[in-house]
Amino acid sequence: MTAATSSLARRKATSERVIETLLFLAAALGVFTTVGIIIVLAFQAVEFFAIVNPVDFLTGTVWSANIQPYHFGVLALVASTMLVAVIALIVAIPLGLLAAIYLAEYASMRVRNLVKPLLETIAGVPTIVLGFFGLTFVTPNLLKPLFGSSIGTFNGLAAGLVVGLLITPLIASLSEDALRAVPRGLREGSLAMGATKFETTRRVVFPAALSGVMASIILALSRAIGETMIVVLCMGTSPKLTFNPLESGQTMTAFIAQISSGDTPQGSIQFKSLFAVALVLFAMTLALNLVSNRIVSRFRNVY
Amino acid sequence: MIDSAPRPAGDPPAAAVAAVRLADMAARPTEEPAARKTAVELKDVSCFYGSFQAVRDINISVAEREVTAFIGPSGCGKSTVLRTINRMNDLVPIFRLEGQILLHGQNLYDEKADPVEVRRRVGMVFQKPNPFPKSIFDNVAFGARVNGYRGNIRELVEQSLRRAALWDEVKDKLKQSGLSLSGGQQQRLCIARAIATEPEVILMDEPCSALDPRATLQIEELMADLKTRYTIVIVTHNMQQAARASDRTAFLTMGDDRAGYVVEQGRTMDIFTNPKNQLTEDYVSGRFG
Amino acid sequence: MTAPAVAAAATRFDPRLAQRKLWGTIFLGACMVAIGILLVSLVLLLIDILRGVPWLDAQFLTSYPSRRPAQAGVLPALVGSIELGLIVAAVTFPIGVGAAIYLQEYARDSTVTRLLRTNIANLAGVPSIIYGIFGLAIFVRALALGTSIMAGALTLSLLILPVVIVASIEALRAVPNSQREGALALGATQWQMVRGSVLPAAAPGIVTGIILAMARAIGEAAPLIIVGAVGFVTFLPTPLAPGYTVLPITVFDWASRPQADFQGIAAAAIIVILVIMVFLNVLALVIRVRLSRNIQW
Repeated sequence: MTAATSSLARRKATSERVIETLLFLAAALGVFTTVGIIIVLAFQAVEFFAIVNPVDFLTGTVWSANIQPYHFGVLALVASTMLVAVIALIVAIPLGLLAAIYLAEYASMRVRNLVKPLLETIAGVPTIVLGFFGLTFVTPNLLKPLFGSSIGTFNGLAAGLVVGLLITPLIASLSEDALRAVPRGLREGSLAMGATKFETTRRVVFPAALSGVMASIILALSRAIGETMIVVLCMGTSPKLTFNPLESGQTMTAFIAQISSGDTPQGSIQFKSLFAVALVLFAMTLALNLVSNRIVSRFRNVY
Repeated sequence: MIDSAPRPAGDPPAAAVAAVRLADMAARPTEEPAARKTAVELKDVSCFYGSFQAVRDINISVAEREVTAFIGPSGCGKSTVLRTINRMNDLVPIFRLEGQILLHGQNLYDEKADPVEVRRRVGMVFQKPNPFPKSIFDNVAFGARVNGYRGNIRELVEQSLRRAALWDEVKDKLKQSGLSLSGGQQQRLCIARAIATEPEVILMDEPCSALDPRATLQIEELMADLKTRYTIVIVTHNMQQAARASDRTAFLTMGDDRAGYVVEQGRTMDIFTNPKNQLTEDYVSGRFG
Repeated sequence: MTAPAVAAAATRFDPRLAQRKLWGTIFLGACMVAIGILLVSLVLLLIDILRGVPWLDAQFLTSYPSRRPAQAGVLPALVGSIELGLIVAAVTFPIGVGAAIYLQEYARDSTVTRLLRTNIANLAGVPSIIYGIFGLAIFVRALALGTSIMAGALTLSLLILPVVIVASIEALRAVPNSQREGALALGATQWQMVRGSVLPAAAPGIVTGIILAMARAIGEAAPLIIVGAVGFVTFLPTPLAPGYTVLPITVFDWASRPQADFQGIAAAAIIVILVIMVFLNVLALVIRVRLSRNIQW
């Protein structure tokens, strides 16, 4: 058989197939992880719910896992979590959006090259370091002078402020992307009608980017809810249902950390409650992330 | 003088003061009807982007309530010249202009002149229709709201949409998004929007190049109507369009130094049928471009 | 417009330019204040950490934890962190890059592919402590790795895998198609093309991504608390032996104690963490610059 008549067909070599399968498995590991997480949490939580009524768990407002009589009302933990998250958003939304608008609309190249690394540095600080900062600086040097004796060493305000600092770069960078995505033609159209630059930003550019901005805020909220080290260090561990940021409290994440790092026996009810709390935490953050994705895909303006 | 300094309460708006001066000028005996007043005059205008000179020694007269067209091969600076009239080039940091641009006698590039005020009085329609992602009503009302319109905004919106030949098509759906309209309708929306600030001059930068032929024709018919009220300056690639729709034409081209300059200007009829310059003749007969 | 019309128009508008521009200036001022607050916060943070400087000496780096701050050191934690980082890098490299190669070079646009992609995006948003719980159930218990560095490293690998995958996809995407077409035109199979042409070109970006992910892993604490890392460890940890500590956990342990001296050594340990992270970031930058220089499109 000469070269001219040899077949052009070649079966895909087995080695190629194997490689492709391996690569596929690597990509699919993500799915396995997600499914795995759900299974692990659900299984263990079921054991817990066999003992504690899920409705009592989800609607109860007293959480006392270590001190008898035991109460497992998760709303106490959720309240502290949301307290910190809301304070964090109150800090991060104005800071993040002002930074984003400035970077997208006003800053020159040189200023950008200073401000963006600033934001990235804050984003890169490990949360344990931020928690340390909250505990050893924010509370004693900023909050105690301000509030005197009505604020404890462990308080929700410090936690909220520092978590706010943590999530500001997230809001800033995602919002900046959303603002940059607004076509230049809209700005020109507005300016050509005699609007000032600020009016153009406020009335045209920012509203056009609103879906991206909202999505970034929801993602930041999710991040704040899932934060552990900062709240553990700054807020303490007394889980009473309180909306007073000057007092200590315990978030869902702090409780999980506390139980795991203590000597709690693995078969005990406290240990099992850990998984139920984790399930609630996972559900909340997953829901927020899905909402954020949905907002981006549904309300994206088609120009 | 276009005044941007804060004025004490009780003084009439500075623009009104200027307008009264113009009214004085108009009270003088008029010239013969054929020679209209000059609305915009570019005097020895040269534009630079940093060290690069984009256009040189531009001298153009734009007559009131006429359509003046800038034609010429691409890259010769027609858009740059157009955008000097509403100071849109100021958005580029390295832009610099030498010379004067007079709007009814007032220098738009005077030190005290504020670009924001200039842009209210000189409207612009862009090549690609750029309505805001807002309702049709809010699009048209935008300029009026921003500039502190004192009258009835609804009436203004209706009047502007009528003058842009769009009212009948959208009067029942003013709350719908401006983006839901077709290309030609969007462009007419942009025209209505520009009209709503009651400008003296409307600049159009290749307004039909993104539109289909039918929409193009509608815009050209609209221009014939608009010029009874507004002075229009249009940049166009389309020579036939210039011949059809404009009263005066200025032909620009790029020189050997890569800077644009005005070769010839005059009544459209003359430019196309009896050009004085060989270059002009070559261009309008399609020998280059 | 005629002159009377101009005059009439002028009175219908009240532009109030100065006032409107004032709002713009105020807004710009607010932006400056916001950026100033961020800058000041970072500076205050660094100043706060400086309290650890007096405690930072060779003895600190080579001693074991102790009940007395003056004698305490971070040696086990340092060793633990380094081992952890290396294992994480070793694990995430094949899996993360493999997943990225599949998604970027092999996957067709289908429901399955979209599912894979959204899944990875969602995993990036799962709180780190949840990964800890997952790791506890799978690596510590089910795979019986116990409270070893291996269990902790595998847990952290899952945590930062989405980051590595995204960074690698970006690096692969940056390789121009001409490289792929050139290889295929010579008769290479897909894997040969990827391995011979695309991967080497994407290498700087991929390596950078892994080093940065390593830096992130070294700073993590929450998941490790769940899988059993403890603060007070008086021996040098090895990957499979039970019991270990890492720098962030040591910081957590010391910071939780009220005595001021413990705050001091906690800050010193933080400085060690930050120095390692800065080093890794600089390393990533240098590698990217030097490897990129050899690649010209």
